[in-house]
Formats: sequence, C-alpha cells, structure tokens
Amino acid sequence: MITKSKKVIDKISFGLLSPDMIRRMSATRIITPDTYDEDGFPIEMGLMDPRLGVIEPGLRCKTCGQKVKDCPGHFGHIELAMPVIHVGFVKTIHNVLKATCRSCGKLLLTDDEVAKLREEYEIALKKGKSISNFAKEVVKRASKVSKCPHCGKEVHTIELDKPTTFREDGRKLTPSEIREWLEKVSDALGDDLKLLDINPEVAKPEWMVLTVLPVPPVTTRPSITLETGERSEDDLTHKLVDIIRINQRLQENRDAGAPQLIVEDLWELLQYHVTTYFDNQTSGIPPARHRSGRALKTLAQRLKGKEGRFRSNLSGKRVNFSARTVISPDPNISINEVGIPIKIAKELTVPIRVTPSNIEKMKELVARGPEPELPEGVVYMPGVNYVIRPDGRRIRVTPENAEMIAEKLDVGSIVERQLQDGDIVLFNRQPSLHRMSMMAHKAKILPYKTFRLNLAVCPPYNADFDGDEMNLHVLQSEEARAEAEILMKVQEHILSPRFGGAIIGAIHDHITGCFLLTYGNRKFSKNQAMRILAYAGYRGEVKDEMTGKEIFSKILPKELSLEYRAKLCSGSDEECRKYDAYVVIKNGELIEGVIDEASIGAFKGKIVEYIARNYGSDAVREFIDRVTKLGIAAITTIGFTTGIDDEDIPEEAQMQIMEVLEKAKQKIQDLIRAYREGELEPIPGRSPEETLEMEIMRVTGKARDQTGEIASKHLGMDNSAVIMARSGARGSMLNLSQMAGAVGQQAVRGERIHRGYMGRTLPHFKKGDLGAEAKGFVSSSYKRGLTPTEYFFHSMGGREGLVDTAVRTSRSGYMQRRLINALENIKLEQDGTVRDTTGKILQFMYGEDGVDPMKSIRGKPIDADLIIKEVLNG
Amino acid sequence: MKFDILKHSLVPHHEILSEEEVEKLLKTYNIKKSDLPQMLDTDPVAKAIGAKEGDVVKIVRSSPTAGESVAYRLVVKREII
Repeated sequence: MITKSKKVIDKISFGLLSPDMIRRMSATRIITPDTYDEDGFPIEMGLMDPRLGVIEPGLRCKTCGQKVKDCPGHFGHIELAMPVIHVGFVKTIHNVLKATCRSCGKLLLTDDEVAKLREEYEIALKKGKSISNFAKEVVKRASKVSKCPHCGKEVHTIELDKPTTFREDGRKLTPSEIREWLEKVSDALGDDLKLLDINPEVAKPEWMVLTVLPVPPVTTRPSITLETGERSEDDLTHKLVDIIRINQRLQENRDAGAPQLIVEDLWELLQYHVTTYFDNQTSGIPPARHRSGRALKTLAQRLKGKEGRFRSNLSGKRVNFSARTVISPDPNISINEVGIPIKIAKELTVPIRVTPSNIEKMKELVARGPEPELPEGVVYMPGVNYVIRPDGRRIRVTPENAEMIAEKLDVGSIVERQLQDGDIVLFNRQPSLHRMSMMAHKAKILPYKTFRLNLAVCPPYNADFDGDEMNLHVLQSEEARAEAEILMKVQEHILSPRFGGAIIGAIHDHITGCFLLTYGNRKFSKNQAMRILAYAGYRGEVKDEMTGKEIFSKILPKELSLEYRAKLCSGSDEECRKYDAYVVIKNGELIEGVIDEASIGAFKGKIVEYIARNYGSDAVREFIDRVTKLGIAAITTIGFTTGIDDEDIPEEAQMQIMEVLEKAKQKIQDLIRAYREGELEPIPGRSPEETLEMEIMRVTGKARDQTGEIASKHLGMDNSAVIMARSGARGSMLNLSQMAGAVGQQAVRGERIHRGYMGRTLPHFKKGDLGAEAKGFVSSSYKRGLTPTEYFFHSMGGREGLVDTAVRTSRSGYMQRRLINALENIKLEQDGTVRDTTGKILQFMYGEDGVDPMKSIRGKPIDADLIIKEVLNG
Repeated sequence: MKFDILKHSLVPHHEILSEEEVEKLLKTYNIKKSDLPQMLDTDPVAKAIGAKEGDVVKIVRSSPTAGESVAYRLVVKREII
C-alpha cells in the first residue's frame, strides 16, 4: 500500500559535514575492525554494530526501534588518529593554499583588490555567471603574488603531488599542517570565502581535512550469507576494516612514541586507505583489491558511469508489465498488430476500474479466475490475476477463490485483467535510435512462444529474425493508451521525420512478387487471379483473363494518379518507357510501368508515400497490408527460386573475363615497367609512387567493372538473382558481378594491400613485387572460389570493414548521448519558436522554415514537380 | 583601406532595431530582452554597424528552404571574467 509522506522537500543545500556534526549524527563510535563474534552476533562498537540499523528481517533496530522496512539505518563514526586529506576536495584545498598566506591566512591581494572582487562577485552572481570560473580567476591573480601584502611574509609555491600530497617549495606538508593553515584561512577570510567559491554558511575549509570519518549504516553495505552459511561482507565494509586496522596501529605507535619514520609511514597508509575508500580509481595510486584480485567497488564507483547509481538506478529503472522474447515473422497479421504468446498474455495485465455500468461484466470476468475454462475451439480467453480493493489491498485471484472474490466485487475496485486481442501495447527493439524504435501495436494473442510481427515493420525497428529479441510494455492508464493510440501507432509512423518519406513498406519477396506480377505482359487465368486477389483481401469482380497490371490495379485507391520512374529505369524518360520502367497510374489503374522498390519499397516507395500523405494513415496501413499480401500471393503463384547456378555463365563469357583480367594484369605490368624506368608521368601534386598506385587502382577497378558487364550480359531478366537485384528486392548488380565475374581489388585504408612482411605482403611473393596478385587483386569470382592468397587478402579487407563498423557504432552512440543531453530540454512552442526551459529563444522559427520534417516531402515543403504534373494533367 | 565586411557574401544583412521596433518584437514573442539570443559587442559585424550593448540587431539570412529567415540578437558586453 502506498503511504503518503507528510514531509515535502522545500530545498536542498549542499555543504560539508563538520567533525562535530559527524559525531552528533553518529549512533556509535566504531573502534574494532571485527564484525561478528564466533556465535555470529555483531560485536558492539564494531562495523556491524546493531545500532547502525537492521538488515535481518524480524529484528528491531537498537537506535530507532523500527523493523527492516522502516529503519533507514544510522551512521557511526571513526575517530582518526591523525587527520587525512579528503580526495574529493584536493583541488579546492590546492586553490585555497595557493590563494592565501600561510602565516596570516588572508588572501594574497591588497584590500582594494579584494573590495573590487567583492563587487565583481555580486555582479557575476546577479548575472548568473559561473562562480567557479570567478574563483579560478581569483586564484590565478592571488597566486602571482610573491610577498603577502598584509604581513609581508614571503610566499612559497604550493605544488600538488597527485593524488593527495602537497609540497611547499618541495617540502612535504602534513595534513595536520594543512588543517592548521586552513583554520587560519577560515578565521581570516570569513565571508570572503565565497570569493573562492566556498559558502561559509555550510562549509569551512578545514573540514576538507578529515579528523573524523563517518561510517555509513549497515543498510548501505549489507553482508550476504552464502548458501554454505559463510558470511560475505560488502566491499565498503572491507575497506572500513582496513581503515580501522591502520588507524589503530597508528594510534598505538604514536602513543608509544615510535620513531617519526614509522608514524609517517602508517599515516600515509591511512591516507591511502581513506582515499581508496572514497574513490578506488584515483589516478596515481594502485586500486585496493579484494583477496581474489578484483578491484574493490567503493563509494565513487557506486555512483559513477553507466552502471552507477545515477545512470542505472535513477535515470533508468526496471519496470513491471513488460515482456521480452524472440521475434519471428507473421505475414498474416496487420502492421498495426503484434502477436503475443499466450504464456506472456497470462502474465501481463490491464487494470480496469469497476464502475456501476461494468460491474456485471467484471464479476463474470473475475469469476473466470486466472485460468479460464475454454469453450470448444477457443484457444485463449483473458482471466484475472489480481483484484485491488477500494482500500488498496491487492488480492491474488486463484481458481479456488475466484467465485468468492467475484461475488464480493465492489464498485471502485480495480480488476487486473489478462491481455486480450486489441489491447494497446508498446513494442520496442534496442538500440532505440529513433522514435520508430518504439511504436504502439494492437495485441493479438497467439500460440507458441515468440512475438510475431509483420514483415513490413522490420525496417523501422531494424529487426530481422536471426534471433533478435524485442521488448513489450503494457500501458496501465487510460490517458497513456489514448496517447499511444493517437501518436504512437505504427500507422502514424509510416512517414519518417528522418527524411520525409515512407520508412515502412514492402521488402524482399513482396517487391519481387509485385515485380513478377507487373513485369512484361504476364497473363493470369481467372483461377490464378482469384487466388492472388483473394489472398490480398480484394472482394469483387474478376475477369476471365487478367494481366498482372490489372491485378495490381485492384488494390490501388480509385482516384490515384501518379507518374514516376521505376527503380529499373536508368537514362531518360523515353528510354525508360521503352523498357516499361516509366510508371503511369491513372485513376487507380496501372497503365504502364513495372512495380518495384521505387513504388512500394520501404524507404523509397512512391505509392506508399503518396497514399500516406493524401489518403491518411488508415488508408496507407490497409494498402501496405494488401500490397505485401499481393506480393506474397504473386510470388507463390508464379514460383521463384534462386541458387548458385543463377551465377552460371557460358564458357565463352568466362574466356572473355579471363582475357579482360589478363589484359588488366598486363597493363599493370606495363605501368610498373614505366615507373621503374622513370617514364611514368606523375599526376600534378603526386609523387611517382602515388601516381602508380592511383593508376593501378583505376585499372583494377575498371577490370572488375568490365568483368561485371560481361557477366551481366549473359544474365538476363529470366535470371532470379538479376530480378532481385534490378527490382531492388535484395542484392545489387555489383554483388552479382563479384559472384559471377571477379571479386576485384581488396583494399585496406583505401589503398592496395601493402603491409605484412618486409617488402612484401605474403611470403608467396617476391620482395618488391608491385603486381596485381601480390597486392590484393582477387581475379577469382566468389562462385569459382578464391585461392589461398586471395582469401587472405579478402579477409584483410573484410576485417577492416568489421572494425570500422564497431568503431563507428560506439562513437556515434557517444555522440548521440551528448547531443541528447544537450538538447533534451528544448521545446518547440505553439508560436513556432524553439525555446529552452527558461524561455530563452534559440530559433525564431523552427528550423528556419517551420516545416515539420515528417510532413515535408523528402525535406522540401512542397513537391513542385508533382503539383505541376497534376495541374497539367487536369 | 579597410575591408567592408558587410559586403561579403557570407555575411547576412544586419540592422539595429529602433526602440519601438524592439518593443514590438518583445511583445510579439512575449519575452524579456534577456530571452533573446546574444551577440558580443566585439563581434566584427556589431562593430561595423555600430551596435552598442543593449541594442537589438535584426539579421536576415537567405535560406534554401524558407527563402528568407529572420533572427534577432541582443548585443552584450564582452566580459573577461
């Protein structure tokens, strides 16, 4: 049950704890480094003193008398035998020492200068300027002085020997001396401490040198009892044990009058332990280690970095009502839906408030219990897991008590119903790089154990099915559901704000299918046409014989008119027309042109884009659902397969390719000879060596292109691989020419491969060989297979690619994090201005032009070409 | 002879607003002067058009998407600390 706190936070003030304050808030002084005695009871005045709080359930705290749940824990303290420096304040201490006189404690500036600084401080404060920068300037000015203007004493330079040693002209200053100095400073400076960015109301400089160490409550460092019954202490406790041990030894040695040297050594050791207690990654000292060799996780490590308290527990939290599993495709559900396994649906719940108008239904629902009995033929029915009574009590519904709870159900209760078809859920795949990485879907409860999603939503999530997992969140309030449905549903994200075009559309086989359907003048029998159209969800008349274009036209909106060039098209409009690559749609009829990636594909689909802009999100969702099904129906009706024999080319073509490669190699030899004889004309601004490399790269590039051309001459539109490449479904002509022709020159850092052994890349070649084979030219094709040396060079190039992507992702991720931190609090206002949270204007008109990139046409406010075409065509 | 930076093609049009214009500007956006973006009085353009601390400068840039985009800046004194 949630209890409201009666205390309200008004303000937070940050300051230093005084030794006196540390003692006052301490429940006990800690003197023994031991934790538990032989019987397993905590030792009094030890690190696990029962007055420091309770960690075992059932026991009561000796200080406040409360149980585990309510006792916040209490601090203890350690009296340090000798003072030590607090690592967190080393810089501040250094600044104070640099800016003040050792004998009188005053600022090393004349009274006039100080008076002026006070004025400047007030101005800076009023203007909201950085006081820490102001203090830096004060220190800079004061540390230039060589003689104290107040007492006339000579000023020595103070050096900081990291991490915690200060030297005055090379002589070590002990923490005691520093503390005395700082005491003098706080007496002499008083209110002027603010000039050094120290607020005298909450902090005194000498408090930065510790004489008393607070011991955090046991609740912050609970010990764990292992299954074997062994106790395992927290890292902080280990560190505190070290501190107490050394502290004790230091005290004993000092009291016994041990030699100065030994005392100093122990003092330094104490300083080391206290330093690592605060931050175990202080540079300049080795980190304190556990017996196993693992570095201890001390105070700073608990807070810092990605796994620290801030980023891991405060900015980000684990949530309830969420699920994660492997994803798999389902072409039969809509892009708006997500398939949820029954097992998961039974765990996730939606809260429903019981009202006078739904109480009868709710009673019926609750009576079903968590495992409803299913009528014949029904696979799933939602049950109820919990009922929350009006008084806030949460009751688990079991098959036994279900009917009883249902009878006693009151208006005002909340029923936690299991997920059912149509519930709005959020679906997400990491990395969440853009807003389309988290979209709202409608639940559809399905058998088996994977989340099912429509193939057309793979591009926005960047998902595939090689083992990808995704997360799902169930919304828990009416407002959240409404907001998600209006703003986050998949169909509202078909147009991407990234480039002002469709990001959701047909992929792979959908494109191949529609391409096969509309390419050439393929005719379909009534049976075939009915099969295809019925699968695509079309209901209506079907002619006896239909062309593919007629079939495709059936799923187009009635009034749609568009004209554009297909992906297949290259060259002028006229040339495209010849190859049926100029698409003309008039009044919902595909008159000419072939449907490919440029029409319906994700990222590029012109028709999808146009319908999304002009017919609304419902229409475009329906179109995508239908066109993908049409593609699948077409490809399965026509039949389609690809294999390595798609890259088979005739003997004579292979001879031609060999010839081209041979010629290229010969040309390279000629170039090398010309270079050796000094006849190679260098390109302006390049050395002869560079010129040679560039020429060779040109020749090898050309050779690969030529082999590709020869290969593709023999690979026509009857070839499945070519169909996929040309229609934009998958692969490119370059991929094909590398499979059929030659792989081509391998490169590392944009140059031919040249590193390896002295003067050669591999021991298979002569030293100084500049020829094609010795520098990574692969003249085999993927199909024929690579020779061992070629394979090695290919791996080198491939490895570079892998390293590049790894480096790129980590770097762009960090850049994005910094951008988000800088931009998270700026907002677009109603009047079109962009402002920060203080109301300062950053842009007078959003993006100069006020255009919403999602509603723009590929970044432009209007599509001038399209408007002209529409006007001309009437 | 000094080079006239205002004539350089990369320097957009700057002009100092009159008091009434400033008043109107602050009213349209419902802001205080301190909410405007700032430019230093040591800025070469501020020097060239003679803008002093407290002046508001109107900047008209040509924009590929919006045609012309207008921005305003408050001239502030450059401070060392």
